[in-house]
Amino acid sequence: MKVTIDGIEIDVPKGTTILQAARMIGPDVAPPTMCYHSKLKTSGGYCRTCIVKVTQGSAANPTPMPKPVASCRTEVMEGMVVENTINADVLEARKGVVEFLLMNHPLDCPVCDQAGECDLQNLGYSHGAATTRYEFPRREFERIDIGKYVQLHMTRCIMCFRCVKVAEQLTDNRVHGVMHRGDAAEISTYIENVIENEMSGNVIDVCPVGALTDKTFRFKSRVWFTKPVDANCDCKKCAGKVRLWMKGDEVLRVTARKDQWGEAVDFICNECRFEKKKTSDWKIEGPSHIARTSVISQNHYEHLNELKLQVMKQQKALGFMDINKRP
Amino acid sequence: MGRKLLIHNDHIPNIHTLAVYRANGGYASVEKALKTMQPDQVTDEVKKSGLRGRGGAGFPTGMKWSFLAKPEGVPRYLVCNADESEPGTFKDRYLMEKIPHALIEGMITSSFALGAKTSYIYIRGEYFYVARIVEAAIAEAYAAGWLGKNILGTDFSHDCYVQVGGGAYICGEETALLESLEGKRGNPRIKPPFPAVAGLWGCPTVVNNVETIAAVVPIVNMGGEEYAKIGVGKSTGTKLISASGHINKPGVYEIELGITVEDFIYSDEYCGGIRNGKKLKAIVAGGSSVPILPAALAITTAKGEPRLMTYESLSDGGFLTGTMLGSGGFIAMDEDTSIVKNLFTFSRFYHHESCGQCSPCREGTGWMEKILQKFLNGTANESDVDLLWDIQSKIEGKTICPLGEAAAWPVAAAIRHFKHEFIEIAQKKKFVDISHYDRLNKLVKA
Repeated sequence: MKVTIDGIEIDVPKGTTILQAARMIGPDVAPPTMCYHSKLKTSGGYCRTCIVKVTQGSAANPTPMPKPVASCRTEVMEGMVVENTINADVLEARKGVVEFLLMNHPLDCPVCDQAGECDLQNLGYSHGAATTRYEFPRREFERIDIGKYVQLHMTRCIMCFRCVKVAEQLTDNRVHGVMHRGDAAEISTYIENVIENEMSGNVIDVCPVGALTDKTFRFKSRVWFTKPVDANCDCKKCAGKVRLWMKGDEVLRVTARKDQWGEAVDFICNECRFEKKKTSDWKIEGPSHIARTSVISQNHYEHLNELKLQVMKQQKALGFMDINKRP
Repeated sequence: MGRKLLIHNDHIPNIHTLAVYRANGGYASVEKALKTMQPDQVTDEVKKSGLRGRGGAGFPTGMKWSFLAKPEGVPRYLVCNADESEPGTFKDRYLMEKIPHALIEGMITSSFALGAKTSYIYIRGEYFYVARIVEAAIAEAYAAGWLGKNILGTDFSHDCYVQVGGGAYICGEETALLESLEGKRGNPRIKPPFPAVAGLWGCPTVVNNVETIAAVVPIVNMGGEEYAKIGVGKSTGTKLISASGHINKPGVYEIELGITVEDFIYSDEYCGGIRNGKKLKAIVAGGSSVPILPAALAITTAKGEPRLMTYESLSDGGFLTGTMLGSGGFIAMDEDTSIVKNLFTFSRFYHHESCGQCSPCREGTGWMEKILQKFLNGTANESDVDLLWDIQSKIEGKTICPLGEAAAWPVAAAIRHFKHEFIEIAQKKKFVDISHYDRLNKLVKA
């Protein structure tokens, strides 16, 4: 099926969503997402950050769709024409969505473990306004310990439903869900039931914000001071392909590997995530690839020396003073 | 006197019982359909009648029925949406309370047309006593053989169940209703797929309003073409209007679509004019979510034609100078009404009823209510009017279900037509009388 997104035509198989098609073209035209997760079925459609304008429904029925649609849940049609970054209305609407998402968010990034790898932080940076127009008290919840390893801080939650989908699809018994409605809705384990399941730790990886955090890692380090390393082990419960976040020889935390879009590639079990905190537990493959734009790669680009030389060359060409030489 | 097709018998004592209902010509449509017609013929009659959904959207019912997927070996369902939660609308309650058999008769005839062996009537929690009335009527119908196996000796069998909801506005949205009916949290589903393809338990389902299903009865009895002669243009037949507000005679009225708004408000047959001899200030024509219209635009359209009670005429001029027929929740407001206070009441309702799934509605409805609270407190600024306008524009059309629009439209319309009231309050020239809320709060606390 041929579909045109922002003027770029691409051929995709039947059943592809607009978002997947846009991601095939590349990150420049791919809409941002918060609640969609490629590995979780029926995820997406809630946060509305990925809305796009369909200016031509299909070749057979060229009328435009009246409302913007959630690209993560809309399948492409033959000859569909989609506008994302080239449509001012879409960008304005997305700015509105970001404002709504940030409205009741505490913005406690300086003390939040997710800072540096937070989808909401990135989204706010790329699509949001610098200030808020919301002048009322923000929503607050008590912190809830759910089991030995996970802490829930609902105040930061943006209701993406991803953790509910993890519990539904990876574990055999979902014990947590959404209580109440409207802006009082909260993720709850219902009377603070403990989530005890081998795969329950994955709720931390799918959480786009700092609402679900790893208690074995809380306040240990800022993520950009740790070095991500890909490693594996023979695990009977999961694929065993993980990312270690190291400081020196110490393994501070273990997470699933995440792809270009910040979504977990393989879900991992709790034993790998919480129990194996020694380098001897793992076969280390090498440094992880982290996008250069990420704050995590601030101190350790993969080809640092090469980069330094390049920068120096550019500076020299521009006639800058060489800061390494004293006058 | 206009013709009445739905509630013409409501004055007869004990019409809620099967015996009296049958003696007054009840269940004739079931006899006619099952004995002399094919299911497709019934659908054709409904198509010919031009009947449009009476729940609010006004989608042609015959077309909706023809969209129903009919795969082999998969059950199909008819679901009656009796979760009448739109503020200002109470017509379905009246119909079910007075003549429950009209609904059940419509359910059987419609199910026959759709080939549904099972149907559900989803009644909102607040209508618990109505559910009891409908259940009693269903029991009577079962006992008399109108429901159950081999109705009237034909091979058509049908079961009808009543399900009481928890009283959430959102469960009036058809996919949220289906979720609730399945025993889940009443959250709207993301469409597509539409219920006609994958509805209740993943099976093809038609969801219709109480009044729509009840209107199938006269359509089958008199024939679609005859029914289509009532009304104007594409607005055919009769419609129940729930009239409330500052009028002399509030109540449920059955009108022939096509009478003028002026007639409806001022004639003695219907509302009987504005009470205490006051002047009309504004109307909400179809339940709280449709745009409010100032009196001048309500009586005549922007083109200068008299405005009629039809789907087309009420929406003439789009939202700039028009509104919608919606569910027929007609609220009239006199000259003393504060539009700002009225809007606050509506906004508080939508904030309370937002399901919390998608972010614009979850956060935006609460924000709008908080800003309107500032107007009531007298602490609002002029910039708050623009902010309200901006927020509603960012909710409208960006949400999963129409609740976003339902929350945004009243705000947009109030600012569009009555901006001066907001400005006067922001400039501290006028204040909203909120003593009413204080008294209410005290009552609640006591």
